[in-house]
Amino acid sequence: MTPIAAKEKNDFLPAVRLFAKTRGEGDPAWFAGLRQLAAARAEELELPTTRDEEWKYTNIAPILKTPFRQVFDLQLNGLREKDLTPYLIDETRGSRLVFVNGLYSPELSDASNVSAGVAIGNLGAIPETLSGQLHKHLGAYADYGKQAFTALNTAMLGDGAYVHIRAGQVIEQPIHLLFVSSAAEAATVSHPRVLLIAERGSMATVIESYFAAGENRYFTNAVTEVFAAEGASIEHYRLQEESDRAFHIGTTHVHQERESIYRSCAISIGAELSRHALNVALTDEFTETVIDGLYVVAGRQHVDNHTVLDHRKPHGTSRQLYKGILDDSARAVFNGAVFVREGALLTDSRQLNKNLLLSSESRVDTKPQLEIFADDVKCAHGATVGQLESDELFYLASRGIGAEQARALLTYGFAEDVISKIRLRSVRRQLDRMVLEKLHQNLEVN
Amino acid sequence: MLEIRNLHAGIEGREILRGLDLSVKAGEIHAIMGPNGSGKSTLAKVLAGHPDYEVTQGEILYRGSNLLELAPDERAREGVFLAFQYPIEIPGVSNANFLRMAYNEACKHRGEEELDPLEFDDLLREKMKIVEMDASFINRSVNEGFSGGEKKRNEILQMAVLDPHLAVLDETDSGLDIDAMRIVAGGVNKLATPEKAIILVTHYQRLLNYIEPDFVHVLYQGRIAKSGGKELAEELEQKGYDWIREAANGRGVTA
Repeated sequence: MTPIAAKEKNDFLPAVRLFAKTRGEGDPAWFAGLRQLAAARAEELELPTTRDEEWKYTNIAPILKTPFRQVFDLQLNGLREKDLTPYLIDETRGSRLVFVNGLYSPELSDASNVSAGVAIGNLGAIPETLSGQLHKHLGAYADYGKQAFTALNTAMLGDGAYVHIRAGQVIEQPIHLLFVSSAAEAATVSHPRVLLIAERGSMATVIESYFAAGENRYFTNAVTEVFAAEGASIEHYRLQEESDRAFHIGTTHVHQERESIYRSCAISIGAELSRHALNVALTDEFTETVIDGLYVVAGRQHVDNHTVLDHRKPHGTSRQLYKGILDDSARAVFNGAVFVREGALLTDSRQLNKNLLLSSESRVDTKPQLEIFADDVKCAHGATVGQLESDELFYLASRGIGAEQARALLTYGFAEDVISKIRLRSVRRQLDRMVLEKLHQNLEVN
Repeated sequence: MLEIRNLHAGIEGREILRGLDLSVKAGEIHAIMGPNGSGKSTLAKVLAGHPDYEVTQGEILYRGSNLLELAPDERAREGVFLAFQYPIEIPGVSNANFLRMAYNEACKHRGEEELDPLEFDDLLREKMKIVEMDASFINRSVNEGFSGGEKKRNEILQMAVLDPHLAVLDETDSGLDIDAMRIVAGGVNKLATPEKAIILVTHYQRLLNYIEPDFVHVLYQGRIAKSGGKELAEELEQKGYDWIREAANGRGVTA
């Protein structure tokens, strides 16, 4: 293990250079090759600053000021299965992969109940039978040529999660991918990578969780790629529940083919500074996309959600609901772009971002963005920023519910709008608990 | 039950109630009628303690103590209930959770045992029969996506669950179709017992065909201009409010 100080962008690079050597000769040639190409780009690309339009409201300086240590060997640091308990999801029993500080942990993973129609495992040890499939998609959607954080992540390709659903298979058991940061003396950095491939006509549910054992500072730089082949249907949950001192930069790229369905719900609750960019390319006709999101932040947290829905072909449908709750002096950024390309006729897109400010010091910058280059489309978008309404509070008061309870109930209700759409009961319960905890509210529900 | 004396109240510095007196005893049903702007809804909101309304003069005694000293939620726990003219939607909060929370707050206040979700469910199902509500209402968000009639029925359901001493129904008949009117009125009649008092605030006489009031009061310019029995409501239905206006203004001129 080598401590590496990263005061500025280039300080991530010594770890990148060292990393390829630690991987040895075990990786497939294409895998090592991809890593090498990305490493070259990582050397050249500048990390974003607030001068970049896409990063105008999110300043990554606190990340650059922190010296991080890259962990090269798996160390559990006393982490045991019971530490995962609050984050586990009942419905996924026997179908989970666990990564600790970015490294695959066979001890904590449990793939004893994975259906025959799906292969899940560690990207760092790809079976030969899958190598061709994964090769086709890994790095094909997340552009390491342009995005510095994606280049860094790709340059650190090693352990990570792959999920490959065979054509025509319906995987009823949801799959859970857990990325844990565990306590170490110095702040660590990890570059989690996920590749999710749903072949023709397959169906599956995948949950990604990011969290920490302990309240330590660390940096997660995650990249996920999702490929939905013709007629495939994917339900994808992303639960960012990092420690309140963590930094989290996450990017999800989704590539949808004809008649595929992609539904996602991205939750951001943790981290001092976090960002999730979700880019969905609707590359063929009759695709359906539903992306929901919820961010709940307090204290001095900063959360940023950037989404892109890129309608490239006719008859695409997209629905987006992102809601945010901000307390104390928390800040949120929402930027939702919808592109309707030339020829993407009969696109039907609706986008809404709603924010609830619980304090006068909290702040949100929201920017729905619609760019249409096709005729005969239905597109609606909007954003709201509001506070709890006095009429609502009075209504609850008139039923005997005290001011504090009333605030808690209305706030919970605001979040529940998104949470209640989640199909998995354990995920809903986990989020109910975390949202209320975050807002220091006691509310007995269910 | 309720004693209102010389009540002056308003909103944003504008006086709406100007010396209102009203006395309501247990077991009585009072109808408050009057033209638009006469202060009917203001009275309802002041009784429930809406924070936007300010009482500048007068007093309200409720079961012997000063109602104006209580916060709105305390009033509710003491048994005052307001059925809203425009019930508020609460997305994301199920009717069942909302009602159980309200019910248990009142239980706590009275020092009684709170009900767990299963126990409460039994109670709720019983009460839902009163307003002929479908079981699916239990899990729907409070008033969200409800029709006008469903919202009003939901108000009466809340009233049935909370079992108040004094119920104030603010324009409960507005926005109802005939079926909903019959159901809402039937619900109110089932809840009208000798221990309770009900104040019906209404613009039209029609609700009074279903709920028979003991007293009818006509509010005009923030005061009770005329009181009588249910025949007064019929008279208003035939003659409109103009004669009340003329009588009140005439008196104003000669005074």
